[in-house]
Amino acid sequence: MSADTAPRRTVELTSATIRFAGDSGDGMQLTGDRFTTEAAVAGNDLATLPDYPAEIRAPAGTLAGVSSFQLQFAAEDIHTPGDAPDVLVAMNPAALRKHLEALRPTGTLIVDSDAFTKRNVDKAGYDTNPLEDGSLDEYDLHAVALTSLTMTALEPFTDDGRLNRKEAERAKNMFALGLVSWMFSRNLGTTESWLAAKFKDQPDVVEANVVALRAGRNFGDTTESFRYVYEVPPAHLRPGTYRNISGNQAAAWGFVAAAHRAGLTLFYGSYPITPASDVLHELSRLKRFGVRTFQAEDEIAAAGSALGAAFGGALAVTASSGPGIALKGETIGLATMMELPMVILDVQRGGPSTGLPTKTEQSDLHLALHGRNGEAPIPVVAATSPSDAFRAAYEAARLAVENRTPVMLLLDGYLANSSEPWNLPDVDDLEPIEPAQATEANTSEGFLPYLRDPDTLARPWAVPGTPGLAHRLGGLEKDGVGSGNISYDPTNHHEMVALRREKVERIADRLPPIEVEDPGGDAQLLLVGWGSTEGPLRAAVQRLRADGHRVARMHLSHLAPLQRGVDEAVRSYPRVLVAENNLGQLRDVLRARTLVDVRGYCRVTGLPFSGAELVDAATELLEELR
Amino acid sequence: MSATDQTLPVLDRKDFASDQEVRWCPGCGDYAILAAMQSFLADTGARPESTVFVSGIGCSSRFPYYMETYGMHTIHGRAPAIATGLAVARPELDVFVVTGDGDALSIGGNHLIHALRRNVNLTILLFNNEIYGLTKGQYSPTSPVGTVAKSTPFGSIDEPLDPASLALGAEASFVGRTIDRDRKHLTETLAAAHAHPGAALVEILQNCPVFNDGAFSQVTDRKRKDDEGLVLVEGEPMLFGAEKDRAIVAAAHGGVEVGEGPDALERALVHDPRQADPTRAFALSRLKRNGGPLPIGVLRQVERPVYEDTLVAQVEQTQAEQGTGDLEALLRSGTTWQVD
Repeated sequence: MSADTAPRRTVELTSATIRFAGDSGDGMQLTGDRFTTEAAVAGNDLATLPDYPAEIRAPAGTLAGVSSFQLQFAAEDIHTPGDAPDVLVAMNPAALRKHLEALRPTGTLIVDSDAFTKRNVDKAGYDTNPLEDGSLDEYDLHAVALTSLTMTALEPFTDDGRLNRKEAERAKNMFALGLVSWMFSRNLGTTESWLAAKFKDQPDVVEANVVALRAGRNFGDTTESFRYVYEVPPAHLRPGTYRNISGNQAAAWGFVAAAHRAGLTLFYGSYPITPASDVLHELSRLKRFGVRTFQAEDEIAAAGSALGAAFGGALAVTASSGPGIALKGETIGLATMMELPMVILDVQRGGPSTGLPTKTEQSDLHLALHGRNGEAPIPVVAATSPSDAFRAAYEAARLAVENRTPVMLLLDGYLANSSEPWNLPDVDDLEPIEPAQATEANTSEGFLPYLRDPDTLARPWAVPGTPGLAHRLGGLEKDGVGSGNISYDPTNHHEMVALRREKVERIADRLPPIEVEDPGGDAQLLLVGWGSTEGPLRAAVQRLRADGHRVARMHLSHLAPLQRGVDEAVRSYPRVLVAENNLGQLRDVLRARTLVDVRGYCRVTGLPFSGAELVDAATELLEELR
Repeated sequence: MSATDQTLPVLDRKDFASDQEVRWCPGCGDYAILAAMQSFLADTGARPESTVFVSGIGCSSRFPYYMETYGMHTIHGRAPAIATGLAVARPELDVFVVTGDGDALSIGGNHLIHALRRNVNLTILLFNNEIYGLTKGQYSPTSPVGTVAKSTPFGSIDEPLDPASLALGAEASFVGRTIDRDRKHLTETLAAAHAHPGAALVEILQNCPVFNDGAFSQVTDRKRKDDEGLVLVEGEPMLFGAEKDRAIVAAAHGGVEVGEGPDALERALVHDPRQADPTRAFALSRLKRNGGPLPIGVLRQVERPVYEDTLVAQVEQTQAEQGTGDLEALLRSGTTWQVD
């Protein structure tokens, strides 16, 4: 610890990246969330990356039990949660060991020195105590006795029995938050009012946490070990009202908004699975919107219940992650045959099988596009950022309802759990959704359930309870005349398969053409991504252009049908690179469509891309053109 | 239901028959069930537009195509789950599930038990023929041990399920058993199940003339049915035999058994399907397995909250307390800030 007596300086930064790491019981996700809100309220642009183990409480002090939360906050528009953190807060030796590698050289390291007991140091696999062996010399190390300082601050509570020692110790994350908030000149007001609301029935807990929070701040202010205080001024964001939102919450609200705009009841059938369960939690809270949530007995029943609700005229949604989507495949096929509207949300995670339940991956693209028996094309929509999940969910619902088709909506663990500021849309500006349910027969001889709209090829949606329109739907092939009656005719089957594909393809006629970002119009390399990689790709392209490279960027949210112009864009650049968190699934799609030698940058380590690695990948490809 | 709406035309059974040619095998028990259902709906004043048949896969699951109502022919085993979603979205509809022993008890066992325990307002018709018909004659989960079928040339070796025992274990509020060939009993049982609020399981012993002919002759054969069947009537002592000389009496450990002679007739148990405790109903469902007659009738009929009614009530109560949701207010809830 430095005992420098030089006056403290305030340094203005355009951006900073902090990572909080500790045991899964240390409250790191909450600490990160609170700091995020402080940054948001201070007007920064920000992006977050929560990372936690699959086990609820892995053994304390072990590497397996380390949970972390990273955020980048900035005075400018940013697109990623940051590459190498500037500040690492490590609550124990295991957290230090797991995350030190990420900390930028000379970065600020704050550790809880109380946690560096011989036992914990051994448990983390260190031979010697890293606080004592000089191995941390290259960093700006602050070994702070976070636990004992917290306990001392809370003595009034433990002395008179309002808190026991364990409860008091738990407030050490608030001490850490107070210290880091002080370092970045943050006001503690938002966190204090949040604590007051969160524990409104436990005034002692509120008071103790506030005391710990302020003690952390005061510690920073009085000790002379911190030579710099930082300021990250507000970003110049577009005018509007903002809030912070995670991908799962945004998706849930997007469904509510779509049902509201369409005038339909929202039915949500789901079976709990990481990382999609939060959507069920959120929607089950929103009963005042008339939402009917159903926790099914399994994934198949969750999908089935949604299909039944769709037949009944509801806006039907089911959700899962990869393993559950695999189970829902047969129902999605039936919905394709029945041509009923339904949204299937896949919050992707590391696969195959149980894979990496809490880590992110984009490896369900082919599953979404093709994961059903037979030729069963459905539209596929992906969210590109946490707040974009609102738009994407709304869009998926709109496509489903208006085209009478199941639609797959792709999020991933990263988008689902991370958050960003969201410039709130005007509810009145949301695109209308027209269910146009049938009310009367469509021919003079009666009702034909598969008599299609000549333009969209969508069939009528007649719901039970409507007199005169009784009809039967099923999974067997239909005749081509619109009756919905079974047909085993070979030629008819071929025509019906083609017709169902044509119906999905024609949706592209009504989507805006793809936009390719190529400011100079002379790019040598087209960088392509889809879904959650937009942030890192945008950041990479900015850096590449700053370095004088001519690069273009195209990002897909509609994976099926592809928007008009995608194939042409792929064909018109000397090099095309698709970056995705799988082994090249979109790359293969584009290759098959265009026969262009599209390259891939693929990594599946359970973490999102950093801007830096994409810059390297792009630079390497540009070298080929020299 | 609009059953009492006098302005609506009176329908007869033909109004419930679709224009599709019925394609079950000649002599199949399904024909009798279809005819009984069409007449029953007409007689009770059901409306085609408010009635929905949901089926899975199998011979019985073709049923919706032949009914001039709304219908869904769905996926093997999944009809109870699909019907649950429909009932939750539209509690006012009259939803029937048509399924078979393979569909309901093998591939779809999970959905059946959960629909029953939730007490979703579904009338579930389980056509039990103790064989797989559509896949051409493999043994089913209700086939007796030793069944020689396509996939078991040396006899099946697995213990069968009893649909009624399973349903009772799954907290079913209504469990009945009837026979395809007994039109009157079939109609009465359908009526009781249909009138029941909540999930009603009706096992219909259904003859498959092609792959398992005569499987239920013990209750259909005139020479055997009096001695080997037991017709359950609420409030009546449980007696059987041509001379009604045998009785169902209490046995040890809460079970029931067959008693003979005057003493037994005096000890005959009176059938009460409305007992809150399902123990007696369960014991009756085991009677045949324990060497007794096969009971036909309503084994259990108790009232408990209907799933979708409670679900909708919770939504309505929340709306009464919090007001109906305001989307604008939702987006602006919690911490927000203004950028100018």
